[in-house]
Amino acid sequence: MAASARFSWCLLAGARARSWSATSGATHDWRVTRAGHRHPVTALITRALSSSLEEQPNFPGSRSKWTEKLDFVQPDLYDGIPVYRVMDRKGQLIDEASDPKLGEEVVVRMYHRMTLLNTMDRIMYESQRQGRISFYMTNYGEEGTHIGSAAALDEGDLVYGQYREAGVLMWRGFPLDRFMNQCYGNEGDKGKGRQMPVHYGSHEHNFVTISSPLATQMPQAVGSAYAYKRAQNGKCVICYFGEGTSSEGDAHAAFNFSATLECPVIFFCRNNGYAISTPTSEQYRGDGVAARGPAYGMATIRVDGNDVFAVYNVTKAARHITITENRPVLIEAMTYRIGHHSTSDDSSAYRSVDEVRHWDSTQHPIARLRAYMTAQGWWDETKEKQWKDDCKRQVMQAFARAERRLKPSWKEMFTDVYKEMPNHIRDQYEYMNAHVEEYEDHYPVKNFAK
Amino acid sequence: MLPHFMLVKRVLKPTVASPLYNALAKRCSSHFTYFPDTVPESMGETQRLNLFQSINNALDTALATDNTAVVFGEDVGFGGVFRCTIGLQDKFGKDRVFNTPLCEQGIAGFAIGVAVGGATAIAEIQFADYIFPAFDQIVNEAAKYRYRSGNIFNCGSLTFRAPCGAVGHGALYHSQSPEAYFAHTPGLKVVVPRGPIKAKGLLLACIRDQNPCIFLEPKVLYRSAVEMVPAKDYTMPLSSADILVEGEDITLVAWGTQVHVLREVAELARQQLNVSCEVIDLVTILPWDTETVFNSVKKTGRMLIAHEAPITNGFGAEIAAAVQSECFLHLEAPIERVCGFDTPFPHIFEPFYLPDKWRCLSAVKKLMTY
Repeated sequence: MAASARFSWCLLAGARARSWSATSGATHDWRVTRAGHRHPVTALITRALSSSLEEQPNFPGSRSKWTEKLDFVQPDLYDGIPVYRVMDRKGQLIDEASDPKLGEEVVVRMYHRMTLLNTMDRIMYESQRQGRISFYMTNYGEEGTHIGSAAALDEGDLVYGQYREAGVLMWRGFPLDRFMNQCYGNEGDKGKGRQMPVHYGSHEHNFVTISSPLATQMPQAVGSAYAYKRAQNGKCVICYFGEGTSSEGDAHAAFNFSATLECPVIFFCRNNGYAISTPTSEQYRGDGVAARGPAYGMATIRVDGNDVFAVYNVTKAARHITITENRPVLIEAMTYRIGHHSTSDDSSAYRSVDEVRHWDSTQHPIARLRAYMTAQGWWDETKEKQWKDDCKRQVMQAFARAERRLKPSWKEMFTDVYKEMPNHIRDQYEYMNAHVEEYEDHYPVKNFAK
Repeated sequence: MLPHFMLVKRVLKPTVASPLYNALAKRCSSHFTYFPDTVPESMGETQRLNLFQSINNALDTALATDNTAVVFGEDVGFGGVFRCTIGLQDKFGKDRVFNTPLCEQGIAGFAIGVAVGGATAIAEIQFADYIFPAFDQIVNEAAKYRYRSGNIFNCGSLTFRAPCGAVGHGALYHSQSPEAYFAHTPGLKVVVPRGPIKAKGLLLACIRDQNPCIFLEPKVLYRSAVEMVPAKDYTMPLSSADILVEGEDITLVAWGTQVHVLREVAELARQQLNVSCEVIDLVTILPWDTETVFNSVKKTGRMLIAHEAPITNGFGAEIAAAVQSECFLHLEAPIERVCGFDTPFPHIFEPFYLPDKWRCLSAVKKLMTY
C-alpha cells in the first residue's frame, strides 16, 4: 500500500495548491501546479502574506465575511417562513394575480377527485372496522395537497410517496377497482397481495410502489431524478413525505444529495402536525421543515396545504425551476391530519376532539374549493347531492367486486423474489406444494386461485 | 465514515518505501500465499493486472458498453482510496463517475433510485465495515423492491461494491466480512471474488444481472493478487462454485482470500498427512451453489468450511446445516468450521484471530482421524 500512501500525499499537496489558485481568481489545473511546484506549501504561505487575502476568509468550506463580534446565530432570528395562500378560508381569491385560472372543467375535476377520495376513505375505513380488510389509512384533510400538486405535474413525472398520497393516484386516473384490489390483496392486485393495504403502486401512472419504512423513498427519488437528468427526458421526480419522516436520516441524505448532485426533484412535505401521536413540538425545534431547505442549498417555499390553488401554484413553479435548472425544490405544505393516523390508532388518546372538529369545519380543503366553485356558479346543492350519490355508488360497486374476487394463487408467494426463481426457492415451493396437497384441509386454499 | 485508516497511513508511512516498511507490509499479509488463476488461450489477449486494476477494467467495460451506467460513492471521482476507479472520470465524464456526500444510506438509496429510473447504478461503499448505515436501504428496500411491487418496479440494475476482509492491520472497522448479514436477506445476490480474473468476470455479471448484487472485494488482494486477465468483455456465472483442486478425502470450502489459505492447507495436508483435499471456492454466497458442494461431500465424506467472519451465525453455519441435511449418510465425521472468533476484529491480535493455515490444517488432521 506504499504507493497509495504516496499518492495521498501528492493529492494533499495538490488540494492546497488548488485552493490558493481559486482565491487568486485564476482558472488553473491543480495537477499542473502539483508538477510545477516542488513546495506548494511554501507557495501558499507566501501568498497568504499578501494583503489582498486578508480581506476575505478563504476557507474552502464556506463563503462568508470576517466578523470581530462574537455572536451566535439564533434560531429565532426571523418570524418563520410565511405560508403562501391564494384563497381565504371562505374560498375567495385574495389577489386576482395569483389566480391559476384553471377553468371550470379542471377545477370541477379537482373537486371530483378530492371528494371521490373522501368517499373511498369513508367506505374503506368502515370496512376495516367491520374486519373486511386488515388495515387502512385515510387522507382526511390532506386531499388538497394531493390534488393541487398532482394537477401541476406532468403525467409522466415520477411520483415517490409515503402512504398518505392516494389522491395523486386518484388524480392520475388510477381506477377505483385497483385501489380496492390492493386493499383486499385479491387476484386483481398487480402487487399480488404481498403488501399491506394502501401500499399502492402503478407503472402506468408513474407512481412508485409504496413501502412502509419511512423516508427510504427520499434518496431513491433523488437517484431517479439523477437518471432522468442524464436521460434528458424532460421529466422531474416528486417525493412526498410527512414532517415526522423528515426526522429520518434518509431525509437528510436526500436533501444533501439532491443539492450537490443537482437533481430535478421536488420534495413535498405534508406537515400535518402529528406523526402518529407525536406533535411537531417533539419532532423538531426549528422553523418546521421548510427552514432546512436553504441550509441544504435548496429553493424552498411554505404553502397553505388546505388551499388547492396555492398548492397548485407552488408545485407548478417548483416544477419549472427543477426542470429548467436541474436543482431540487422543497415545498412544505401546512395542513392538519383530521383522521386518525391509521385504523390501528385512536387519536383521541393524544389530542382533543374539539381541535379536530375545528380543522374539519373551518379549514377543510374540500369545503374551501366548493365555496370557490359555488361563487363561480360552477356548483350547487343539486350537483353536490347528485355527485355524492354517484361517488358512493361507484365506490360501493368497486368494493363489492373486489370483495368477491379470489386471492391470487398462494404460489405467488415464491415468485419475484429474484427476477428468475433460484433453485433453493424452487425447492421450497415444491416442498410447500406437496405439503399443501397433503394437509389441504388446514389451509384456506378455497379462497385462493389455483 | 472517514477512512481514518487511510489518513493514518498517510501520516505514518514514509513516502519512499523503506526496508522497514516492506518488512511490515510482508508481515501484515503473510497469513496466505496467493495462488493465481489462469485462463485458456481461447479467452484471447490478456494483460497483467492486480485486483484493483481488474476491477477498474471491469468498470471501464461496464461504462463503455452501457450509456446509462454511472459509478459513484465517496472519493470515487479522483480514483478511489483503493484506486479502483482511477481514470474513469477523465474518460467518461463527471456525470457518470462522481463523488457523493459522505453518507452510506444516501448512496444506497440513491443507487436504488437510479436503478428504478431505468439506469445502471454501480455504487461503492468505501469499506464493507461502513455498509451498515445502508443496511435498511439494502435489506428493506433493494432486496424487496421487485417482490413487493409484484414486479411492477425493480432495482435489478444496481450493484454495490465494497472492500472487505482482513488486511493485516485494519482492526475493527477496516477488516469486517459482512456477507452473512446479507445472506439472510431474500432478494439479494452476494458475491466474493478470489482474484483478478474472477473479479472482472463476476463484477460484470453482477452489474448486468437483473437483481441487486453486493460485490465484496477482499482488499488485501487489491495489490497482492496479480494475474493475466483477459482484455475482452466477459462475464462469469453467478451461483456457480469452482472446484480449484480435486481431491478424494475431504472437502474444503471457502471464498475470497480464505480460498488461498485453503489451497495452501491442501498442499500441506498432502505433504504432511498424505490427505487428498478437494478445494472449493463458493464464489457466490447467495444464492449459493448447493449442488457442487453436496456432490463433493458425497464423494469425500468429510467437510471443512473456513471464513474470516465470526463463527456464530456465519455463512459456514448455513452450509454445514444444508450439507448435513443433504449428505447425512455420506458423512464420516462432523462438519468442521474454522472461522474468526466471536469477538470484534482486533488490531494487534490479528495473527491470532484469523482462521489461518495452521488452524485449518489442525482441523483437517482432526477430521481425518475422527
